[in-house]
Amino acid sequence: MAADLTGRSNTVAEATTKAPVRLLVNGQPYELLVPVHRTLLETLREDLQLTGTKHGCEVGECGMCTVLLDGEPVLSCLTLTVEVEGRTVTTVEGLERGGELHPLQKAFAQMGATQCGYCTPAMLLTAKSLLDRSPSPSEDEIREALSGVLCRCTGYIKIIAAVEMAARQMGAPDSVA
Amino acid sequence: MLRLPRFQYVRPSSLREAVSALADCGPQAMPVAGGTDVYPKMKRRQFLPRYLVSLQGVPELKGIRGDERAGLVIGAGCTLTEVASHPVVRRFYPGLAKAIESISTPVLRNMGTIGGNLCLDTRCNYYDQTLPWRAALGWCMKAPDPGGWPMAPEAAPAENQVPCRVAPGSPRCWAVASSDGAPALMALGAQARLVGPRGERVVPVGELYRDDGMFFLEKSQAELVAEVLLPPADGTRSTYWKLRRRGAFDFPVLGVAVALSLDTDGRVAWARLAVTGVASRPLLMDEAARLLVGQKPSPELVEAVAQAVYLPVRPLDNTDFAHYYRKRMAGVYVRRALQELLGPAAAA
Repeated sequence: MAADLTGRSNTVAEATTKAPVRLLVNGQPYELLVPVHRTLLETLREDLQLTGTKHGCEVGECGMCTVLLDGEPVLSCLTLTVEVEGRTVTTVEGLERGGELHPLQKAFAQMGATQCGYCTPAMLLTAKSLLDRSPSPSEDEIREALSGVLCRCTGYIKIIAAVEMAARQMGAPDSVA
Repeated sequence: MLRLPRFQYVRPSSLREAVSALADCGPQAMPVAGGTDVYPKMKRRQFLPRYLVSLQGVPELKGIRGDERAGLVIGAGCTLTEVASHPVVRRFYPGLAKAIESISTPVLRNMGTIGGNLCLDTRCNYYDQTLPWRAALGWCMKAPDPGGWPMAPEAAPAENQVPCRVAPGSPRCWAVASSDGAPALMALGAQARLVGPRGERVVPVGELYRDDGMFFLEKSQAELVAEVLLPPADGTRSTYWKLRRRGAFDFPVLGVAVALSLDTDGRVAWARLAVTGVASRPLLMDEAARLLVGQKPSPELVEAVAQAVYLPVRPLDNTDFAHYYRKRMAGVYVRRALQELLGPAAAA
């Protein structure tokens, strides 16, 4: 922060309304010039056309817009894009590998763990972060981890079962469910 | 999309820069750490800061130092997840871990900070609503119009005065203290280190608060909560009981924090009891806690302490659940918290 001739910092002059940002989204580097009031949710959906990340309440109550920031789930509706400078973002589009679905995606499809599908991206990413940290979680751990993502149609039972199924398959990749 | 209003962004890279940024930008500036309280309120036009001073790049606010013997120093910028998962917090300050784990949800705890939770805005049924809802009502004292969030008492011109919708004849706002971290830290005897343009000071956490729904923080606009200081654990037992509508995700409509220790012959050596959700600031219940000191646990003792909390607390009808139920539950939760800490001798 610069100081003027009196030695006093002059913050007001340095306050910005736009800033350049470099970020890595699903392994792809981006350099953007964004207004400071733009949220990561807006940047992902409207600038990068990654519409897999859903917008729900947009005030931190529903969890629909969850993405992984350096592997940890955060709400993209309450994250300024400028604050993601130099960090790694994973959205639901980044779960597949070379056309192969992530085991969680397969398990959700097999178990029928979706109905309208609106919460599914957030459920998948939150579950991925859990399984990366704790490969064979208990049912309580799964419930706790997913407690910030609301689903209004499934009743959660199949979602929890799908996460358990994916955990088993990821622990023993050759076995058939 | 519900979008953020425009603002100018300042990103200081040290605590000193952050404090001088807040001082330079004046009362139209707000600090923001995790953003989980600030951004929703900006989207609903309850906060309209001209400048946002981001604390994310301030290294002095990060990290947890110390141990249970010397006491813990928790940087105000530590996320709630970091605090609640810290092994020393979990083992020696379980009341704090329990309180922090009860805040919102795992994903929000990855973002929200302990300093932010201490400075959490007060809540009210007439205030925590969408912009159209509040407009239809004709606003309220705490958020008179979308342009007029008062950062300081002098910033609210008299012509903007709108009555408090809870108590229309009242000269003050009655919004309710809703931080879970604050009562837990008060019961544990924690202090906060504040850093401002004129230097720094250390105050007990309870002295951060004023009994006013609008001007609920006893700190100047450019002062920042930099650290939370926990005293040595030294045999302290602690817990936190929280009343809320949904077990998975809700603000407290009542929170009871108790910390105490027993001496060698099983008498209570000291005790502190803090209650939130019943006033515009969290309350330290000194008289109730004094009843415990020097006594051996018994059901009668627990009942007397529960009564000493139940009788004076006066929750208002401005959050979830009926206020008389919340008042009654204050006694019930004190009893349950004490039974948890004092074991079978205290059970009825």
